[in-house]
Amino acid sequence: MTNSIIQINSLNKIYSSGLSALKDINLNIKRGELFALLGPNGAGKTTLINIICGIINPTSGQILIDGWDNIKAFREARSLVGLVPQEISTDMFETVLHTVNFSRGLFGKAPAPDYIEQVLCALSLWEKKDNKLLTLSGGMKRRVMIAKALAHEPKILFLDEPTAGVDVELRQDMWNRMKDLKDQGVTIILTTHYIEEAEQMADRIGVIDHGQIIVVDEKEALMKKLGKKQLLLTLQMPMQQLPDSLKGYELELIHDGNEMVYTFNSQQVDTGIAQLLKKLDEADIAFRDMKTSESSLEEIFVNLVKKQ
Amino acid sequence: MNLHAIKAIYFFEMSRTLRTLMQSIASPVLSTSLYFIVFGAAIGSRMGDIDGVSYGEFIIPGLIMLSLLNESISNASFGIYMPKFTGTIYELLSAPINAFEIIIGFVGAATTKSVIIGVLILLTAKLFVDYEVTHPVYMCCFLFLTASSFSLFGFILGIWADSFERLQIVPMMIITPLTFLGGSFYSIKMLPEFWQTLTLFNPVVYLISGFRWSFYGIADVNVGVSLFMILIFKLICLTVIYWIFKKGYRIKE
Ligand SMILES: Nc1ncnc2c1ncn2[C@@H]1O[C@H](COP(=O)(O)OP(=O)(O)OP(=O)(O)O)[C@@H](O)[C@H]1O
Ligand SMILES: [Mg+2]
Repeated sequence: MTNSIIQINSLNKIYSSGLSALKDINLNIKRGELFALLGPNGAGKTTLINIICGIINPTSGQILIDGWDNIKAFREARSLVGLVPQEISTDMFETVLHTVNFSRGLFGKAPAPDYIEQVLCALSLWEKKDNKLLTLSGGMKRRVMIAKALAHEPKILFLDEPTAGVDVELRQDMWNRMKDLKDQGVTIILTTHYIEEAEQMADRIGVIDHGQIIVVDEKEALMKKLGKKQLLLTLQMPMQQLPDSLKGYELELIHDGNEMVYTFNSQQVDTGIAQLLKKLDEADIAFRDMKTSESSLEEIFVNLVKKQ
Repeated sequence: MNLHAIKAIYFFEMSRTLRTLMQSIASPVLSTSLYFIVFGAAIGSRMGDIDGVSYGEFIIPGLIMLSLLNESISNASFGIYMPKFTGTIYELLSAPINAFEIIIGFVGAATTKSVIIGVLILLTAKLFVDYEVTHPVYMCCFLFLTASSFSLFGFILGIWADSFERLQIVPMMIITPLTFLGGSFYSIKMLPEFWQTLTLFNPVVYLISGFRWSFYGIADVNVGVSLFMILIFKLICLTVIYWIFKKGYRIKE
């Protein structure tokens, strides 16, 4: 039993259209972690997940799921995995209970009414169990998709943008469910465009762009390594131009010259703040207020993708 | 073997039928009843016997075949086309099941439905025409073989189709003409010699002829040949399906 529950080795995908969607992906997912995969539209997140789950064939490379090759030992490998796809697709005329039971059967498990009831209750779907899917709201349909993915008690759960188009309350609710699952030992891989979601939930974060993994790291480490701090000064008098004496600093005037932003690296011992304040004093620039802020994951992410 | 999965697919498909009971079962039964009334009772009474069998009796096997082919193809093709269309196929593709199990589930359900419809039409026919089945075992054999072979064919069609039009064009443009020209309503011996020979290239002729033989002991072509032809057709379908799943054709990128 290795520490990695999923091992992806030199994975490539070239679609039949000739588009190279994944380029030499190497990635290990740790047992029991919550891994967030971030990336702009078209980066290759869904492609990667679909290949792991067996929905799309890889062009080359190998994937091991708990040690099982996901093509050669597809039965063992797939039994471990549950998938909530990005697009909601349902059999509109089926009832909730029927479609969830179907999923369990499909994955080779004998019926387990108690377990299914438990899953549906946890997702607040139990009262709706006999409703046809077409009578449910979008958010509820998404929860049905989650129930379907959990129906066979998977050890690994893929959530491809589970909270897209979901209201704040339900999102919070889903985050709690994810935490519960994680506590039960389920490994969760999540893609999202809500950076806040990754920031709140993830143990580790991977960023993918143009089919390549740019960075994979612990969330805290990533924020530390790439996070920049900013000092915001609200000026007494608006300024149009920075004086020459301040040219060497990473300074920027914003809000019609009413505010000045100084960006510095928080990891450095000398942040240069003291020096800067002295220079400002010498240049007779007065300010009313000051505050520092830390860049969010979102900004880190945008910077990373821009650099590519 | 993932028996739970086969069961899940099979009963899911069967429940789709139950949900649409009227259109799945009632409509083919109704439309064949109309054929019996028009051709069997009204027109048939003015027709002479064919090979010693009254016209009303003569058309029963052909009419059942007509429904059986159409139902098998449309049930099976619809069954696999819908998940492709709605996107729920992701679940089939990500489940720990192989092609063989998927086929048993879908084709098994389509075959069951078609056989049920075939039997219902057979019972309905009894209301209009008094007939006897000479070789009931062979009849069941033909019923099952035809239903399962054409369900397989429908399954292929459903995978190949990328629109509802395509889904319907094969039954409409190919199967229905072949059935009508395959001796549903006449014995091919009634045709001029050239057309008789040409007709032998129509595979449906062998189905209808064999099926009719199981009823009345009369046939346009030898029963052995009929059985052989169905088995060949089934084999071709199986080969195509094997190839489809091997290549992931139109299912998997
Ligand atoms: N079936 C397909 N055939 C050809 N190209 C495809 C196919 N599916 C996806 N692509 C392309 O592959 C690239 C990656 O797509 P993918 O869906 O994996 O992106 P994503 O990261 O999930 O994006 P999003 O955030 O929008 O969901 C895109 O350029 C997309 O256009
Ligand atoms: Mg996607």
